[in-house]
Amino acid sequence: MSTSNVSRRNFLRAAGLTGTALCLGFYFPSNAKSSKIVAADGAAASDIELNAWIRIDTDGKVTIFNHRAEMGQGSYQSVPQIIAEELEVDLKDVNIVFAQGNQDKYGSQITGGSSTIRGSYKNLLKLSATARLMLITAAAAKWNVPATECYAASGHVIHRPSGKKYHYGELVVDASKLKTPENVVLKKRSEYKLVGKPLHRQDTPLKTNGAAIFGLDKRLPGMLYATVERNPRLRGKVKSFDDTATRKIPGVTDVFKVQMDVFNTTREGVAVVANSTWAAIQGKKALRVEWDDTGFEHVNTADIYKRQHEELATKEGLSFKKQGDPDGIIAKAKKTLDVIYQTPYQSHSCMEPVNCIAHYQKDKLEIWGPIQAPDWVQEYLSKQTGFPKEKVFVNMTFLGGGFGRKAFLDYPHEATMISKKIGAPVQVVWTREDDATQGPYRPGMSYRAQGVITNGEISAVKFRMAGQNHNHFMGGKKDVANDSTAEGFLPPYFETIKNISFADVPFETPVPTMWWRSVYASTNGFAYESFVDELAHEAGKDPLAFRRQYLKDERSQRLIDKMEEVSGWKNRKKNEGYGVAITECFSSTVGQIVKVSRKADGKLKIDHVWAVMDCGWYVNPDIIKAQVEGSVVMALGAATIHEITFKDGLVEQTNFYDYKMPRIADIPPIDVYIMENDADAGGVGEPGLPAFAPALTNAIFDLTSKRIRKLPFDMAKV
Amino acid sequence: MINLNVNQKAYQVDADPNMPLLWVIRDIIGLTGTKYGCGVAQCGACVVHLNGEAVRSCVTKVSRAEGQKIVTIEGLSADNNHPAQVAWNEENVPQCGYCHSGQIMSAAVLLKENPNPTDDDIDSAMAGNICRCGTYLRIRKAIHLAAEIQRKESASK
Repeated sequence: MSTSNVSRRNFLRAAGLTGTALCLGFYFPSNAKSSKIVAADGAAASDIELNAWIRIDTDGKVTIFNHRAEMGQGSYQSVPQIIAEELEVDLKDVNIVFAQGNQDKYGSQITGGSSTIRGSYKNLLKLSATARLMLITAAAAKWNVPATECYAASGHVIHRPSGKKYHYGELVVDASKLKTPENVVLKKRSEYKLVGKPLHRQDTPLKTNGAAIFGLDKRLPGMLYATVERNPRLRGKVKSFDDTATRKIPGVTDVFKVQMDVFNTTREGVAVVANSTWAAIQGKKALRVEWDDTGFEHVNTADIYKRQHEELATKEGLSFKKQGDPDGIIAKAKKTLDVIYQTPYQSHSCMEPVNCIAHYQKDKLEIWGPIQAPDWVQEYLSKQTGFPKEKVFVNMTFLGGGFGRKAFLDYPHEATMISKKIGAPVQVVWTREDDATQGPYRPGMSYRAQGVITNGEISAVKFRMAGQNHNHFMGGKKDVANDSTAEGFLPPYFETIKNISFADVPFETPVPTMWWRSVYASTNGFAYESFVDELAHEAGKDPLAFRRQYLKDERSQRLIDKMEEVSGWKNRKKNEGYGVAITECFSSTVGQIVKVSRKADGKLKIDHVWAVMDCGWYVNPDIIKAQVEGSVVMALGAATIHEITFKDGLVEQTNFYDYKMPRIADIPPIDVYIMENDADAGGVGEPGLPAFAPALTNAIFDLTSKRIRKLPFDMAKV
Repeated sequence: MINLNVNQKAYQVDADPNMPLLWVIRDIIGLTGTKYGCGVAQCGACVVHLNGEAVRSCVTKVSRAEGQKIVTIEGLSADNNHPAQVAWNEENVPQCGYCHSGQIMSAAVLLKENPNPTDDDIDSAMAGNICRCGTYLRIRKAIHLAAEIQRKESASK
């Protein structure tokens, strides 16, 4: 953490608030493992940069600075729900403000890795309990009674014997002068009134009457609109362009070339600035651009997979993890299962296409947009523009979906350069076609799985993967295995499978790739849990019982109990296919069972999905259920409906008519269950995704004996 | 100048008659509840009511809407209390929320025309609306609830 000076006034101004208040945050002292909590005044006096979180005003209003983006996953509800619990305030009295990007103040703000709750809940609980204790102490002093006779409820401190009460607002002046207590006692989970309850999301009303402001909805005075015709081969340059027709379109004000670095790649295009989105879109259509597409490979999808399969056939790759001697066992085995799995490139296709507003001014830069990582944007744009970080203001709006795409830094950078050039605030709008054809994408992957079954038991497993490594785009070392090579695979398997290895066969293409919901677990999970199923079949064992045998830890056993119970696994009938898969992702484990059957018209149908989530300590069970339901739908699309393909370096899908989405009639009943235990909180937004595809294909195998190893596949043709 | 009636309010807009209604509503009139999702009538994020019919404003030329009655999500109810809006809140439907203006506007027309829709009715009426967060099961549940609320409302009138 930085220790740069911040006066209380500056801190409050940065937070957009002034006046007297109890304002608490936490910070991480150097050489300390845990956080410390201090008041804003204390921070100023001690020269500490604190993480601002909550503020209580003299009118009793509570303001919470939500440091994370709200892109559907529910941080807008779950973060306040945690704070209100220990602070003892009603949720309706809490005002939620999206914090600006500032890593020094808020710590990492990247809304990714399903980290919002698991990364901060302990600090949030402690912070809120600290504020409550200070308010109680202040009240006790005013009444001159022991603090033990006082308690807090609904934004008041109450003196138990007399029934006297103070509103929090009446206490903030006194409380803000107190020394911050060190050791607060947190509530037991059984005492929670808000945490663990399926409370209604506070952002829902805003999302049913048009009031929620997404990136595309933000308006600034004097703001212009821009579109950009970007190189369709993603890496090429602008050779020349003819803007004669564009400039004739009413409303178009400017046309010029833009160029930017996107991680280690460079993208070029031609920007069209106009006084409405429509004029900017029309102007872009009228452009004639000649591209220079030399110096990089023009990929074809078939070639990508052919090369991956060839590499997997001949190369050992970079070892990620190895125990025992799988190679020795495979070399001597009479029979080895040896198969290839393949998963497609995928577009994030958020319903709100990528967009960003930049206002480049003489002395500062302001950004507004659907942004998953405001602190990264702040740091990156500070480097790109030369403005000091404190002069780069990055504001998050609601995000109309994110799924990883909106953690990329390219679009705020592009907007910044366009604003700088025209000297005005500008909203850069990506059309749906831009969003679909420009990436970055989930990388297409191939996996080679080898395994030996001896006397019905696993004696060796060897996994190799080949596909693009996101880390390479961020300057990561190329001589080490992808750090996500085993992502998705359940760690308890390593206790029972004594001879096992994972390796990454390095593979590159010029196609930019980026995290896509659940990241490598979304593709690894398909390969690894399909293969566990193949091993179970080879061993002649029930696939759920097989997993129970190899996942011996208590949490896995309870999860499997639950899966077995809710799905009626033991009572499954002939003519019904049941498939199981269990995957780990961002510290949560999800098991899914999918049931399929063949209908009278001969078509396969998904009859039911049962998903069991073990995410340990949790905040809002309804949000968790919603996240798992949505993850299943997203996985269904990726497994059976859409893929991004390339032909001569061009992306072949452009909009929802050729990158089709699951629609309401395609969705099977989905039941979600949450395990109850006291383990630390795990992720929620992403872990529900990876198990679906393998559970589905394993179910299809159960019904039809057809093993599907390549995604996506057409349900109508199985 | 084009004369428009949006949410019972008269507007005179200076726009290219070919400009889709979506961009007139968003960029000129300034009502941003109606969303851009695809621009080609594939996703339904831009659905508004034109004389009570659900239309995709991204492919509806503003000239076609001249002098007619346009309702956007902002004008669907006075206080977020259309039965669909109430049901959407009750069933915790939205996640990111971006598509739901269009979803609710499509559902409102269904509910007007069919006070007691079956699952199949809902699936066919809502087939043109994409939700990338995958809230479809809750949408279906909410429409059933909205139908119930609507029936109770009309019974008490």
